[in-house]
Amino acid sequence: MDKYILIPLLPLIGFFINIWFGRFFQAKCHWIPILAVFGSFVISVITFTEVVQGKIINYDVYSWVVSGNFKVSVGFLIDQLTAVMLIVVTTVSLLVHIYSVGYMHGDPGYYRFFAYLNLFTFSMLMLVTGNNLLQLYFGWEAVGLCSYFLIGYWYQKQSAADAGKKAFIVNRFGDFGFGLGVFMVFIYLGTLHYTDIFANLHTLQGQTINVLGYEIGLVTLIALLLFCGAIGKSAQLPLHVWLADAMEGPTPVSALIHAATMVTAGVFLVARFNPLFSMSETAMIVVALTGAITSLMAATIALVQNDIKRIIAYSTVSQLGYMFLACGVGAYGAGIFHLYTHAFFKALLFLGAGSVMHAMAGQLDIQKMGGLRKYMPITFFTFLIASFSIAGIPGLAGFFSKDEILWLAYNGGTVGKIVWVIGTIVAGLTAFYSFRVIFLTFFGKFRGTHEEEHHLHESPPSMTVPLLILAVGAVAAGWVGIPPVLGGGNWIGHFLEPVLGHPHVHGTHAEEWMVMGISVAMGIGGIFVAAVLYLWAPGLPLFFGRAFKSAYTVLWNKYYFDELYDYTIVRPTKWFARRILVGVTDAKIIEGIVNGVPKLIGEFGERLRKLQTGVLQHYEIGMALGVFVIASLVFIFAK
Amino acid sequence: MVPLDWYIMLSAVMFTIGLAGFIARRNIIIMLICIELMLNAVNLSLIAFSHYLQDLKGQILVFFTISVAAAEAAIGLAILVAVFRNKAMVDADKLTEMKG
Repeated sequence: MDKYILIPLLPLIGFFINIWFGRFFQAKCHWIPILAVFGSFVISVITFTEVVQGKIINYDVYSWVVSGNFKVSVGFLIDQLTAVMLIVVTTVSLLVHIYSVGYMHGDPGYYRFFAYLNLFTFSMLMLVTGNNLLQLYFGWEAVGLCSYFLIGYWYQKQSAADAGKKAFIVNRFGDFGFGLGVFMVFIYLGTLHYTDIFANLHTLQGQTINVLGYEIGLVTLIALLLFCGAIGKSAQLPLHVWLADAMEGPTPVSALIHAATMVTAGVFLVARFNPLFSMSETAMIVVALTGAITSLMAATIALVQNDIKRIIAYSTVSQLGYMFLACGVGAYGAGIFHLYTHAFFKALLFLGAGSVMHAMAGQLDIQKMGGLRKYMPITFFTFLIASFSIAGIPGLAGFFSKDEILWLAYNGGTVGKIVWVIGTIVAGLTAFYSFRVIFLTFFGKFRGTHEEEHHLHESPPSMTVPLLILAVGAVAAGWVGIPPVLGGGNWIGHFLEPVLGHPHVHGTHAEEWMVMGISVAMGIGGIFVAAVLYLWAPGLPLFFGRAFKSAYTVLWNKYYFDELYDYTIVRPTKWFARRILVGVTDAKIIEGIVNGVPKLIGEFGERLRKLQTGVLQHYEIGMALGVFVIASLVFIFAK
Repeated sequence: MVPLDWYIMLSAVMFTIGLAGFIARRNIIIMLICIELMLNAVNLSLIAFSHYLQDLKGQILVFFTISVAAAEAAIGLAILVAVFRNKAMVDADKLTEMKG
């Protein structure tokens, strides 16, 4: 046994200790989970340095399933891609664990919360370290399960329980496709191990399969099926509806699962299968356009929402769209780079929002906040840095990754140009809504009740220290990917190149400056507009809201996706369940059999007992008649 | 020597009297006596046939019948005594606890 297995194993041990014995440790039960994740983090960092020195770890630990020619093992593949993911997952997980000590303090399910966090960390690490598709699938479903546990953590609240179910059920749709994709890979390639899959991919080239009368390229089909899973997990159109509702969970959960790690699993999947996706132009276009359209849609929704966590959630959907957009134009490295920087600033935004909620006693409506800058300077400062980072202000993490994506999209042919335009618009929108939150929350006058104002305070150190560490990440995480045109070496791009490749770039330096200039201008423009609307002319938003009432209503209602699904899927399903499954199958058929058989026997007995008259003479007559009949028969037939 | 026919007829008459008495009467003691009458009617015919056929099996069977009848009478009377102690009467029509 070597140290790599400990990376996922430590949080699993932490989970078991805490779920069984956590209640006995009371308020001290956070120590074991934190130490477990800290152990994972340290080993991950060591592993990362080994990978940087050129070591690729790929070995099987245990034969998991052996059945005929179906062989799957539990094994680890730690290459450059996995190493980056390991750093992201363990860092954010560790900080969120520490943050939760302050945030969840005094919650009745304190030990349960940490147990779930540890289980989630284990699942996520299994997902990223696996060397085969089945292990990835295992981690994929396990993180989904943990997501369900943690969204519905406050299960006494109906909306939280519903949100958990929604997340789980919506993900079923995506995972159904993903499952089919895994089957297809096994049927056509006979293996689920990455190395064997990628070595044999060329055999799929040119094969087609007939689906409902259409000839579809096998590669395209498998890629799209796998992408189905990514759409569900990473909350892309049309399965994005669960992520905003997932905000019912505790805020550290939103930061860890629904911003930094689990939702990026889809991007990881596409990046991991980049040889497959790159073989199918159709699949690439689908990935790029899905990402771009989702990104635009989510950003526009975020413009008008008032719930601080939902705005950040839509921002996450939008940024995930960005990552898919990058993968779709072949810039997998840029996508993973954005995943990595996004993990820092988005986790920071969520934890900052959690800090605000902590001070506001759970208030989420940014219209009822304001002026918090004076009361919670650390939260304000870190939130501001994260917002600058996501807005793409030069020098901060978000700028480098976003710029890399936009530049590579610009070079990506016609589709690339389209998604570049969308991406640039989204960059402006992102800056606008991020600073709308900043101005409404931290500037101006406090708009809540007097009692709330009295209660305002900065959060305890266990919360502010993770914020500060993440703020350092939100500033500096991008410095590993400074493009050559700015005098850097794009180190992370070259680091990931052996796994993810690098798209062909034919644009000139002048064009690169232009792309960069436009996106920065959009970002600053967005901030400026937000400042005008929410700082200098507070009457204007209302005016615009009235002037473009129909557009505002559509955005406010999130393009009516929930309503659409409610009418087309939820209600027919419920109708079917209630009328057919409950009304016919259950009430008529199953209960008919279960209740019918005893009833039949009972009625038969009811009739039969009438024979038992209790009058001895009746029995005697019966016996005599019986004898008579038998004797008669003997006489008749015996001759 | 008495011919076989006579025994058979006597046996039939005894059996019929027993059956009729069992059906017609309501006093359990009488009913038990009627059962004994029927059993003995059968015993009579068995012995008659046994003698007629010169086969001892019939007489052996009669011993069994007698012992069964004795047991039956003992149990029947015991039940009767118990019933009488509880109900102070032995009318079969009024004993309807077992009615379905």
